[in-house]
Amino acid sequence: MKSFFRRFMRPIIAILVIYLVFLLGPIAGLDFPIIVGRIQESPKMLVQFLIIGLANGAIVAIIALGYTMVYGIIELINFAHGDVYMIGVFTALSTLSVTGALTTNNPVHLVLGIVAALVVAMIVCASLNVGIERLAYRRLRNAPRLAALISAIGMSFIVENIGLIWAAQSWLVPSFGTTGGGAQKSFPDLLSKIMISLNLDPNLLASTGLGLRFTIKDLLVIVLASILMIGLRFFIQNTRLGKAMRATAQNRDAAKMMGINIDRVISITFLIGGGLAGAAGLMAGLYNNTAWWFMGFRAGIQAFTAAVLGGIGNITGAMLGGFLIGLLAAFSDGYMDARWTNLWVFAVLVLILIFRPTGLLGEQVGEKA
Amino acid sequence: MLELIEVHTYYGNIHALKGVSMTVAEGEIVTVIGSNGAGKSTMLRTIHGILRPKKGTILLEGEALEKLPSHKIVERGISQSPEGRMIFPRMTVQENLEMGAYTRKDKAGIAQDFEWVFKLFPRLKERINQKGGTLSGGEQQMLAIGRAMMAHPRIMLLDEPSMGLSPILVGQIFETIVELNKQGTTILLVEQNARMALSIAHRGYVLQTGEIILHDTSAKLKEDPMVQKSYLGAN
Ligand SMILES: Nc1ncnc2c1ncn2[C@@H]1O[C@H](COP(=O)(O)OP(=O)(O)OP(=O)(O)O)[C@@H](O)[C@H]1O
Ligand SMILES: [Mg+2]
Repeated sequence: MKSFFRRFMRPIIAILVIYLVFLLGPIAGLDFPIIVGRIQESPKMLVQFLIIGLANGAIVAIIALGYTMVYGIIELINFAHGDVYMIGVFTALSTLSVTGALTTNNPVHLVLGIVAALVVAMIVCASLNVGIERLAYRRLRNAPRLAALISAIGMSFIVENIGLIWAAQSWLVPSFGTTGGGAQKSFPDLLSKIMISLNLDPNLLASTGLGLRFTIKDLLVIVLASILMIGLRFFIQNTRLGKAMRATAQNRDAAKMMGINIDRVISITFLIGGGLAGAAGLMAGLYNNTAWWFMGFRAGIQAFTAAVLGGIGNITGAMLGGFLIGLLAAFSDGYMDARWTNLWVFAVLVLILIFRPTGLLGEQVGEKA
Repeated sequence: MLELIEVHTYYGNIHALKGVSMTVAEGEIVTVIGSNGAGKSTMLRTIHGILRPKKGTILLEGEALEKLPSHKIVERGISQSPEGRMIFPRMTVQENLEMGAYTRKDKAGIAQDFEWVFKLFPRLKERINQKGGTLSGGEQQMLAIGRAMMAHPRIMLLDEPSMGLSPILVGQIFETIVELNKQGTTILLVEQNARMALSIAHRGYVLQTGEIILHDTSAKLKEDPMVQKSYLGAN
């Protein structure tokens, strides 16, 4: 019976998905003649969407790292991770508000405020993520997989509601005219403000006559994300603790026999994943200029898809997947219809799970020797 | 040095160790022989804190181990080359060996022990940058033993180091074990290859379905008719 499903379900589902894509695709903006026409009309726009995609992809990649590292080490999809990132956005916004960076025009004050927001957001999200593991996952480590998964979904709801309450506190989150915690809040475009206060153009390519927008925001996001990714890779590859993390991911019992304190290594994995989510929160806030209690959902789906696309548990894969999903989302937002972008991301997720569950670079979980 | 007193270990409802008592003295090679499913690996995993005994106590130099987390047990000087080798497949030989020395801080001592391992297993030195998972079975076994050596343990637990190896390699591995012991490492060796194990061990225990049914010096065990019949394949 089982082998029957194995044999026939995959092609049937695949045909169904392809059929749906072509049936529903045009509704969701997948209209090839129109897209091709628009690209021919203005090839420059393609480069423009590439830039947007790279910047958004960098943010997705940073969030995806948190999913993939945690999955690599305890084989759990930490559903709360996207929401931890949302808390990062609000922490950054509140830090900027409390330090007065939102209202100043002094560039030094602005830069210091942003640095403070980065540090505070990373610390808060790292602690939150460690707390979630300690509270909700650790005691379920030897329980059936489903129990931990449900617990993760529960944590996601809890963190979302914390975000909702947080967003309603006007002394922490400036309302800019919106009311209540449910509304989308504005996250001021401080980077452009810095440039303007220095009498510089936020659009770094403005004077080149290329007609492309490459702003200080794009630059910051791509540079900061690259630094974080390179730093993480170095940590995992070369430090004693990084090696202990890899060892734990590859064979937990053997790692115990080496004298590795598994609980500590897992906590540190959550710490790093949370810290990265916090940094992504600041970047996304400055880049997209919104803060919303539910924004962790979309980001979470994109990042999770990125992690699966690259090969869950595979750090390099998460980075690659992040950029690809960022590009897909930018392309969909730009050429198709932004309202349907989530559908395309979902479609990619389903297609990978059907055709290549191990992702582009291969899953890296457990022992294979 | 190491003492187990009435140790009981369970897997859920399965009673795998039914009150095992044994001792290993400093400088000895002690072997535990037994057929498949006797509980040999369970015993080593219980000593190492990977499994928790439900009853009984495990003493190292008189200090109870059974409540300590495994990383603390490793710090007390116990290392293991586990059944199935359990090397880290996507880490290099070098990194695998580094993991063996994880609890140590003495850089000079670690460097010395790298030399010690490479002297006994020159093959590992040739393959130092190769991923563990791409080594041959025999090389992986060498790596598992080398990794256990890197902890510079007072007592080393070896779980079926002969498994899956050619007779020549088995001979080499056992020579290595004797050599290790001469250099001061106490050895607790679990084996199905009873003939080889008894040829190098000072004393032996026979484990059957979770119980020690016999223990004596190796020489006497080799003469025992039951051991000969069940474990040495005599007829
Ligand atoms: N993870 C587990 N869950 C349930 N039962 C287990 C588990 N591991 C081992 N057992 C059972 O415990 C008993 C002892 O197993 P153990 O692995 O210790 O045997 P062994 O003496 O090492 O055998 P072998 O020589 O085949 O390695 C066996 O009956 C086995 O089926
Ligand atoms: Mg065994």
